[in-house]
This record gives sequence, C-alpha cells and structure tokens, in this order.
Amino acid sequence: MMATPPERSARVRAVGLLSGGLDSTLAARVLLEQGIEVLGLNYSTGFCMNDHRRALGRSEDDPRRLRNEGLRAGSDLGIPIEILDAGEAYLKMVLNPKHGYGKRANPCIDCRIFMIHGAADYMREHGAQFVFTGEVLNQRPMSQHMRSLRLVEKECGIPGYLLRPLSAQHLPPTVPEQRGWVDRDRLLAICGRSRKEQIALSRTWRIEDYPQPSGGCCFLADESFARRFHDKKEHSDVENIRREELILLKVGRHFRLAPALKIIVARDESENNFLSRFVDSRWRFEVPDTGSPITLVEGEPDLEMRRLIAAITARYSDRRSEPLVEVSGRRAEHEERLVVSPLADQALEAYRI
Amino acid sequence: MDLTRERQKARSSPADEILDTVGLYCPIPIIRTAERMKRLAGGAVLEVISDDRVILIDMPAWCRSTGNAFLGSRQEGEEFRLLVRKKEGHA
Repeated sequence: MMATPPERSARVRAVGLLSGGLDSTLAARVLLEQGIEVLGLNYSTGFCMNDHRRALGRSEDDPRRLRNEGLRAGSDLGIPIEILDAGEAYLKMVLNPKHGYGKRANPCIDCRIFMIHGAADYMREHGAQFVFTGEVLNQRPMSQHMRSLRLVEKECGIPGYLLRPLSAQHLPPTVPEQRGWVDRDRLLAICGRSRKEQIALSRTWRIEDYPQPSGGCCFLADESFARRFHDKKEHSDVENIRREELILLKVGRHFRLAPALKIIVARDESENNFLSRFVDSRWRFEVPDTGSPITLVEGEPDLEMRRLIAAITARYSDRRSEPLVEVSGRRAEHEERLVVSPLADQALEAYRI
Repeated sequence: MDLTRERQKARSSPADEILDTVGLYCPIPIIRTAERMKRLAGGAVLEVISDDRVILIDMPAWCRSTGNAFLGSRQEGEEFRLLVRKKEGHA
C-alpha cells in the first residue's frame, strides 16, 4: 500500500528520520516552514557511542553530552519523536549487508534502506503522505552520492515518496512535489561536504543547540570496533552471532589467543562493572586484592591458555612490575589460582585485535 | 521490567502506574515509557523509575516533544523517580 493522499482540508503529514544532527533538524524545519506536519523517528541501533557511554555510567561524563539528540531536536522543533528499537532484524542486516561495508564495519546503504523501510511502515500506520531524510547529495562517500541515493530510494519500498529536502532541487521531483503537497521552489539545493549553507540556515532559524558533525557517533564506523567486528565474523558462524557478543566488542582491550578463543580485558572500573554483567558461564580472571582488570573469556581455554590469560591479566593489574603474580580464574562455582609472570608487552602485541 | 518491584513501589507512589526501568539505559526507558503511555488514559500519571541519570534530560525533552506533561523527579539513592502525565484526548 502506498501513502494515503491527504484529506482536502487536512494538513500534509510527513515522517522523517531525525537523528538530531543539524541536517535532519534542518530538513524537518524546511518542511515545517511549509506548514507540513512532521513526525520524527529516531532509531536505537545498539551501536550508538553515546548510548554506550551512558551504559558505562562514568560519573565524569557530562549528562548533557550524553542526551538523546533526537529527543532534544524534537523538543526544540515542537514535533513528536518516536524512538524505535532496531532490534534483531538490524543485527542480521549488520552481519550480512547486501550492499557491503564502507571503510570500517559500516553498512551505510543497507542501514539507510532498513531505516527508511521502517519509516515507510510508520508513514502508512500514521496516515502520513511521504518520508523525508536529512541526506545531502555528495556529503558522504558511501551513502550519499547520486547513485546510492537512487539505489536507496529504489529499494526502500516507496519510490517517489522519499524526499530529501536539503538537496531536493538537485534530484528528480518526487510525488509530494508533483502533487503540490510540497513546494519544490522552497526546498533546497545543498550539495557536497561543506556545511556553510547548513550553518547559515541554522543561524537564520536560530537552531543553535545541535551536536557538532563528527561522523563519530556510530561504533560501526569506528576503526578499532571494526577490527574486532570483522575478527568476530571471521572466527564465528555468522548466523549464530548473538547481540551480546557484539555489545562486548564495544568495551576493553581485545586479544585473540586461538581461532576459537579470545579475551576482553577491561580498561577501568566502569568497564569492569560492565563486563561483570556478562560473566554468566564464562571464565573470568582478575588479580585479587589489588587494582585489577576483569578479563572475560570467550571460548574454552585449556590450562596452558588459562596461564596465558592470567599472565595478560597480571600485565594490566597494579602488580604488573612484580616478577610473579597470583591470579584468580573463576568459572561459575569453580575457582583456581595461578601464579604467573606478567606477560611482556612485545609478546602481548601478537594477540591484540 | 521487574513486576514485583513495581508492585512494591506502587504502594508509595502518587502515580496511576509505575514503570521500573532500573538497569536499562536510554533510550530503552524512553521506548518503554512511550509503549506504556499508549495504554494509559488521557490525564493518567505514570511514574518511571530509572538509574540512568541522563533520563533527567531525556524525559523532559520527550514530554515536550510529545505534548505529555513532565511533572518532576526526585532521587532516592541511586534511583530517579520521574512523573509524567499523559496528555488529554489520547486514549
């Protein structure tokens, strides 16, 4: 079913993907200026760095910097925001993106298609007429050049009903423009990576409180996360990778000791607390009675490997300069104590992911 | 969501319903709040319990965005208790 035409006297209604960044905020504002009713959608993917910082609960983090920007933007614009949990379907997409990954582990094209599909469903459920995004032509290398904008539109299930208000005048007219629901002349012709026009518009409309564009808010585009992610895919049955395993890629130092054995060593107390939630039936190591990381094990280590894990744990403890350190290794009710020398840094590097 | 905890907390709450989101981090408490509010009658008050301090910023923003009323919050130990009134006219 395609979008419902608006009733003769009713306002045109549009559903937009609203991350809360400047582009999506401006896209919404462009439509609000035309008297269009805007409903905002904000996806929770599980890969947002801000959300992860919140889960770590570091008291030194400024709560204002950890806020949900979609909610903040909705509040500032006066439009309702619904947060959608992308859930397991998103996870499956991330592990098997039809259009592949960008430079890191970022499946940007599939991610757009996924979200716009969801927005299209929301549009139909809420009697809206079209979907819009804050995409800008040629702003990003993988997902925002002409070919990928057209590809996304083709695959998102609502061809002709996907409007990009910021670059609309560079793109073929959409159905909302052709039918006069939206005035094409009042849409924009922004193109490229420069943000001068967006910043000028934000001043005109007094949109001042928005996050700085960094492109660094998604773990999937992060270099070290991507290394761990691809290592996980390489050493696992991809169909059976669980959400929890991907969550654990966000924290600590990661070392692969064998094809079916890796460890995660926490970097501070907040990561210790975070990893503690995932112990379950896994082995965990720490040096008792001193400042020590928790080391979480994925896989089944034999005694030789447990000694290696103990040596790595000792290396990151406060007793790293001592010749011999006693390390506790536990799994459920079983505990063993291993006396080891902290592993030398040179040896450690061979295992680092 | 811990239903037993919710029942215990309900005894001391001025709200019509309680939503316990302790241990969950935003945006999950906001998603759960939105789901629960859909089931409430207009004017009903929901108390949301959370241990994520950033909810003190996100919940008022969500309320302003959706037209529901944020009635305030108080802290009890590590937990925050926030009151939200559903806007009238939405079943």
